[in-house]
Amino acid sequence: MDFKEKLLDSHLAFEQDVDLLHPIHKYRKEALRRFEANGFPGKKDELWKYTSLASITQKDYHLSPTSESNIELKDIKKYYLNDIDSFKLVFIDGVYSPFLSKTTHDGMDICVLSAAISKSKYKKTIKKYFNKIVPDEDSLSSLNTSYTKEGAYILIPKNVEPEDPIQILHFSTGNQKSIWLQPRNLIIADSNSNVQIIERHQSLADHKVVTNSVTEIYAESNSFIDYYKIQNDLLSSSLIDNTFINQEKDSNVSVHTFSFGGNLTRNNLRFYHKGSNISSTLKGLTMLESKQHVDHNTLVNHAKPNCDSHQDYKGIFSDSSVGVFNGRIIVEKEAQKTNAFQQNNNILITDKSKVNTKPQLEIFADDVKCSHGCTVGQLDKQALFYLKTRGIPEREARALLTYGFANNVLESVRIPNLNRKIKKLIASKLGVNLGFDL
Amino acid sequence: MLEINNLHCKIEGRSILNGVNLKVKKGEIHAIMGPNGSGKSTLANVISGHEDYEVTKGNLYFKSNEINDLSASERAHEGIFMSFQYPVEIPGLTVTNFIKTAINESRKAKGLDEMSSREMLKKIREKSSLLNIDSNFLSRSLNEGFSGGEKKRNEIFQMAMLEPELAVLDETDSGLDIDALKIVANGVMKYSNDDNAVVLITHYQRLLDYIVPDFVHVILDGKVIKSGDKSLAKKIEDKGYDWLKKEKK
Repeated sequence: MDFKEKLLDSHLAFEQDVDLLHPIHKYRKEALRRFEANGFPGKKDELWKYTSLASITQKDYHLSPTSESNIELKDIKKYYLNDIDSFKLVFIDGVYSPFLSKTTHDGMDICVLSAAISKSKYKKTIKKYFNKIVPDEDSLSSLNTSYTKEGAYILIPKNVEPEDPIQILHFSTGNQKSIWLQPRNLIIADSNSNVQIIERHQSLADHKVVTNSVTEIYAESNSFIDYYKIQNDLLSSSLIDNTFINQEKDSNVSVHTFSFGGNLTRNNLRFYHKGSNISSTLKGLTMLESKQHVDHNTLVNHAKPNCDSHQDYKGIFSDSSVGVFNGRIIVEKEAQKTNAFQQNNNILITDKSKVNTKPQLEIFADDVKCSHGCTVGQLDKQALFYLKTRGIPEREARALLTYGFANNVLESVRIPNLNRKIKKLIASKLGVNLGFDL
Repeated sequence: MLEINNLHCKIEGRSILNGVNLKVKKGEIHAIMGPNGSGKSTLANVISGHEDYEVTKGNLYFKSNEINDLSASERAHEGIFMSFQYPVEIPGLTVTNFIKTAINESRKAKGLDEMSSREMLKKIREKSSLLNIDSNFLSRSLNEGFSGGEKKRNEIFQMAMLEPELAVLDETDSGLDIDALKIVANGVMKYSNDDNAVVLITHYQRLLDYIVPDFVHVILDGKVIKSGDKSLAKKIEDKGYDWLKKEKK
């Protein structure tokens, strides 16, 4: 039996554990039918031209953990942003861990989706937001919807600004030799709210894990969302991240994606504008080695006038790693005075590394400013010589140039602790220890 | 301090230096002059250890040790500095972080501890005020968007910070107005003492009004064809290089 069939067949067993009468169950059933019809995307699919899922979908996976985890705080503490007791949602092999998490219903809701689905007081919100911006034709998202059960649920009410960033942490333990995880997150920032969120998927042991995650984010009018994705997983782990963002008027959403690890990573990041004066920022820093493969597939759908979008993706590729950037910008007829910017710059460290970059602009309005550019190059030899004449050895000189290249993605990381952590990660990737906080 | 014997070098198969001899002692200031394409900048690059230049014959000695096989950063650790004719722009790397790294990498190579932040800051303040560099310049990206004068001042600032034993200044005067030239020259004169040496590579005599050389050498077709004192520079200013070309024939 192939894995697709297993997913279809196992749904009956999955249904034993969920409320079949809940309104969202019809979404699950419909989504399963769509996945049955469409299957996993293949190379013929234009959006999957440069990334093949065959190597991961032609294997077998557990769909849920068979034994309880024994993960303790000490095993995962280093992935916490602060020592202080800030809000976080921790999932182990897809199962929520109340002991490692800190939730709240006081002034805002930071809890698990399963709770929000089951409790009647969230019924209206779930009905209003759940699965409202996930495109039907997206087969992997359909697969996630069909198995929706657990994930993060964050609702920041009007005018609320949580003091600290909220963390969503998914760990896999390796208790199963192979596991397929499908977290489902729902995040709502109501009018005038302001929130920072950090999301991370991390394996704690070397084992086959594939995460097919869906996150729906709703930014209501004049809200501000600052979202960070940290992808530094082990070489045995793959991630398909599907993030859909709905923006109302005057909202500001920024997503930073740091892709440093993993086997195969696909980031589907989609912004949909529903009002005017919206600002969307998409920034990415990708640093790969060995045979890692990261594919950034972005969409910004400008549908209303006077909105800005700013995309800036940087990539540095060593060994035989592969990067893909496919950035699509749609400017609808109504979206006059759009200002859309897109930039993708790459450095190939080795001859065997590879980048496929493809901007895709579809503009139907006549009074807009759109620009895009992409480059693929090497580290500047003359700059290397310059640094070396100042006593900076080859490896450190390369690190400084790489850091300089990546810096404009780093400088907009607004959480100081996170900024430091990421710079440390970069320094350790580059194998250097420099005099300043790289 | 620096001894160059019969140095021949090639880049991309083309011979540029055809037997250069030069001796520089502690406390001396040497000027190397010559028309465009004579090999002046190549000489600076070869002394600094640029990998694109292949030394095919001859030797470089620094403080009595042969340095032909040392990398550019190793030569810097030994005490050689080069001011670039065209300093490279490095976006995203601040002048301060760059200079901190440079100083600490040299200290590391010598087995010394990193310089404390306080000491570093003090030194940066001292040297930057010497060159009329204001503090916000130090948090800008290295050379990015700097004017010609700012770039050259930044080079001399780096020299002052790194305190090399030998400073090779490649066309430090090019692109400078007279005020900037005076500031840069003043920086060099403050640096110069009995324990170090300066090699100035220049096209014009102008800089030598402010930094007075002990020796002047003329390089032509990759060879030092004439050496003298500062009056040689004056003569070149008046008569150009043609008389030397004739003399050579």
